[in-house]
Amino acid sequence: MKLAEKPDILPGTVGEGLAQRGICRREFLQFCTALTALLALPPTMTVAMAEAISKARRQSVIWLSFQECTGCTESITRSHTPTLENLIFDLISLDYHHTLQAASGEAAEHARELAMKDNFGKYLLIVDGAIPMGNPGFSTIAGISNYDMLMEAAKGAAAIVAVGTCATFGGIPKADPNPTGAVAVSDIIKDKPIINVPGCPPIPVVMTGVLAHFLTFGSIPELDSLGRPKSFYGETIHDHCYRRPFYDQGKFAQTFDDDAARQGWCLFKLGCKGPVTYNVCATTKWNDGTSFPIQSGHGCIGCSEPNFWDAGPLYEALSMPISATASMLGTAAAVGTAAGAAITWHNRSTKAAAKAAHEKVTVQELIREDK
Amino acid sequence: MNHLHLLTFARGSALNWALMLCVAGIVLRLFEIFGLGRKTDLAKPRINSPGSGWHTIFSRSLPPQGMLKREPVTYIGGYVFHLGLLTAILFFAPHIELIRSMTRLGWPSLPSPLVDASVVASIIALGVLLAHRLNNPVKRLLSGLCDYLAWTATLLPLLTGYMAYHHLFIEYTLMLALHIFSVDLLLVLLPFTKLFHTFSVFISRWYNGDIFGRKGVAS
Amino acid sequence: MSATLAKGLNSFKEVIDAPIASFFSSCVHCGLCAEACLFYTETGDAQFTPIHKLEPLRRVWREEYTLLGKLGKLLGLSKPLTDAELTEWEPLVYDSCTLCGRCAMVCPVGNDLTYMIRKLREGMSSSGHAPEDLIGATTRSITIGSPMGIKWPAVLAQIKHVQAETGIEVPVERAGADYLVLMSSMEIINFPEYLSALSRIFKQAGVTWTLASDAFEATNSGIQIGASDLAREIVSRIVVAAERLKVKCVISPECGHAFTALRWEGPNLMGKPFGFEVKHILEVLDELHKAGKLKTKGKDKRPLTYHDPCQIARRGGVVEQPRRLLSEVAADFREMPDAGVMNWCCGGGGGVSANSRAEPLRLQVFKHKITQIEATGVQTLITACANCRIVMEEGLEHYHMNIEVIGLTELLAEYLVEDNAP
Repeated sequence: MKLAEKPDILPGTVGEGLAQRGICRREFLQFCTALTALLALPPTMTVAMAEAISKARRQSVIWLSFQECTGCTESITRSHTPTLENLIFDLISLDYHHTLQAASGEAAEHARELAMKDNFGKYLLIVDGAIPMGNPGFSTIAGISNYDMLMEAAKGAAAIVAVGTCATFGGIPKADPNPTGAVAVSDIIKDKPIINVPGCPPIPVVMTGVLAHFLTFGSIPELDSLGRPKSFYGETIHDHCYRRPFYDQGKFAQTFDDDAARQGWCLFKLGCKGPVTYNVCATTKWNDGTSFPIQSGHGCIGCSEPNFWDAGPLYEALSMPISATASMLGTAAAVGTAAGAAITWHNRSTKAAAKAAHEKVTVQELIREDK
Repeated sequence: MNHLHLLTFARGSALNWALMLCVAGIVLRLFEIFGLGRKTDLAKPRINSPGSGWHTIFSRSLPPQGMLKREPVTYIGGYVFHLGLLTAILFFAPHIELIRSMTRLGWPSLPSPLVDASVVASIIALGVLLAHRLNNPVKRLLSGLCDYLAWTATLLPLLTGYMAYHHLFIEYTLMLALHIFSVDLLLVLLPFTKLFHTFSVFISRWYNGDIFGRKGVAS
Repeated sequence: MSATLAKGLNSFKEVIDAPIASFFSSCVHCGLCAEACLFYTETGDAQFTPIHKLEPLRRVWREEYTLLGKLGKLLGLSKPLTDAELTEWEPLVYDSCTLCGRCAMVCPVGNDLTYMIRKLREGMSSSGHAPEDLIGATTRSITIGSPMGIKWPAVLAQIKHVQAETGIEVPVERAGADYLVLMSSMEIINFPEYLSALSRIFKQAGVTWTLASDAFEATNSGIQIGASDLAREIVSRIVVAAERLKVKCVISPECGHAFTALRWEGPNLMGKPFGFEVKHILEVLDELHKAGKLKTKGKDKRPLTYHDPCQIARRGGVVEQPRRLLSEVAADFREMPDAGVMNWCCGGGGGVSANSRAEPLRLQVFKHKITQIEATGVQTLITACANCRIVMEEGLEHYHMNIEVIGLTELLAEYLVEDNAP
């Protein structure tokens, strides 16, 4: 039975959109089941979610891209075609996305302004990319600096979703030495609910899952201290890694092409950041559940963690020093030697002075005067 | 400041400074000791002495006759703690990696469960030794703030290391950061507290053995 | 002129050297030294812990010779040593330490605590914190020539007595002799058997020897009180006599600290190596025995044990010699527990026996020796130090023990094979 035949399908809702695209209820329920599981909601919520999404009005979404590489957009658009995750974008009203929209120039900016005006206080603002605070000219769109555009768009947003590590934590643009003075969305927007969906790029289903949650409940999901949805970022990759048993047994690959690596042993010593990276790569995986970096033989680089680019060498084990060098120790030894020489000189003068002050002890001098 | 930040700081700048302070401190302390000099002994030493400085560096690792029975807690506790700590430092795979990364010297590691057991034994021994320190009148008299500080600084790396390895209580990133911080602290304290015996024990034992050895006694 | 705190502090600064710095650096406050110390094991009083006795020296080391200590001193964080503190420490440094060196054998980090106490006493004595009796003994040593106030005529009287008894001439001031024989006051007054035994043994061995009228006293109160300037003066008398008489070897008598003073400290006090050898009498007797020049006949049937004097065995390296000699004359020799280099002190060494204030404590800690002797079940105790001997005799008497104490030289002489025995 087509959803369109159901009497409760209201015009202008997601349900109508689904019906128009010929999505059957069974398929939609399957999608909702997957989403509830992903969001760590009780299974009983599936039907409620399906109902809620069906009845929700198509959500106006404005997507702003700042200092970014378009990887996040690539991730969300390409990877899952033609699955439901992709189609859900037909269910929202993506009113502005300068990479995806057909319009350009003044027309594009006009669409954005119109959407902001029409849906003031209701639209969802998605941001990818970091914002340069150094010089407004470092990154502009239609002559408007990223900062100005963000501040303007944020005013009327119901909530902001920061997508990708650049928007959530500053990412690569913010990496040392941060030439543009890049900051994350949450560094400058303080008065709006912000959902951080980090990853370089984030997993597509995580992005769609967050949107689904917002559509379903009209609220943002439960977040951790870093503003990430707990349901996706609650546990480390290491916790769910299929190579974890090797770690526990102390079986490690020493190089990328040794026997241990071929047998799929743990990549900890090759710099895998799985133990300190909170994400669902190990369970959700990428490319429609095909694989994830560790499965393909490369350690996790911790791309969804703040400052991951500056968190030590990518190919050094986590327990390794980041920047200590032998020459550093040599310098320290030299400083120690200089200080030691100085203190030796001082000690020797003290001792020499004591020797010089020594008065030959006679038997009369064994007794104190006051005795 | 999130946990990864902390970890990055602990194994980055903090470790660098700790290592530099440690190395500079050790060199300084060695100068402090040797700089004071030692007069040449003009008394003719005995020839064919069974003792010498080198002899005592090793022989003093064993309890002298009758002493084990007098102070079993100190001796057994001391052995278990020191051997456990050495095993953890020198034979745990990640630690060997660390040493290899800095010195290019490496050796085979022991299986993790064995290292694990030695760490547990070491922690228990430290607990027993602390209780003994608080109860034994001699130890209590000799102990000051520095002794308890040194005890704490030694316990922390063992405890945090164990907890990090077993993912106990606190999430791994923070625990690993705390573990490395505790090592940073230990490194800084090492040259300037009684923990310096790690190095000076070889010097003091050598002098002891030399003094006795010249007199014809193996000490 | 008098002793002052400033002089004491100056002495502390003078004596601290690399070994002492390494010892203090290494100490982990494990307290094992206490378990090796007679004064702690017998009293259970923690203040007798050897490393605790060294606290004044440690503080000077820390404040004067370490970076952190210097900074602390600069910032007024550490209090300088006071006379009151040194007064408090005086009994710990002098009354409850015999310089026996047992703690130095057990310290797990290898601290030679005895070496340090000896140096600590330099500052204690020059700051006027030495026990009255030790000051008296040292003063007599310097002014009269012997801590017990004995002069050459008293020795001459004993020589006459020995000559009458043995019929053997006791050579005096004989230049070019092999050996210069020294005695301790104790032997001159209490144990004349020593000289008579020596003259018989040497005659039989056919070696030449001599006494010196200006250097008969072997003991050195300067070492015990810890005043190197005075110890040097006392040692120099022997050196001068030995050089004047051109002897090959000076024999340190059955006295512990005299051996340490002459053999190990002597050259360092004089600032030059000796041109003659210094040997303990047991070493000489063992050599003569090995060379077949000391023959004995018959064996003592009594069960015997041997008390190792600390300065002879642990701090002197003479351990095998008495055992070899005893095996010749003892039919039933029994070792004490912990015999040899780990032997327990009699409780009266290092000046303690000369310090009347320490007597109650000395008698209290003597109980350990009693336990050791009882473990062997003997009635006769052999030793090779007149001070140990008198301390043990007093202790045994105090505890109403009927045990005889004999010098080893004297015991050997009893079984000496003499060609023309009188």
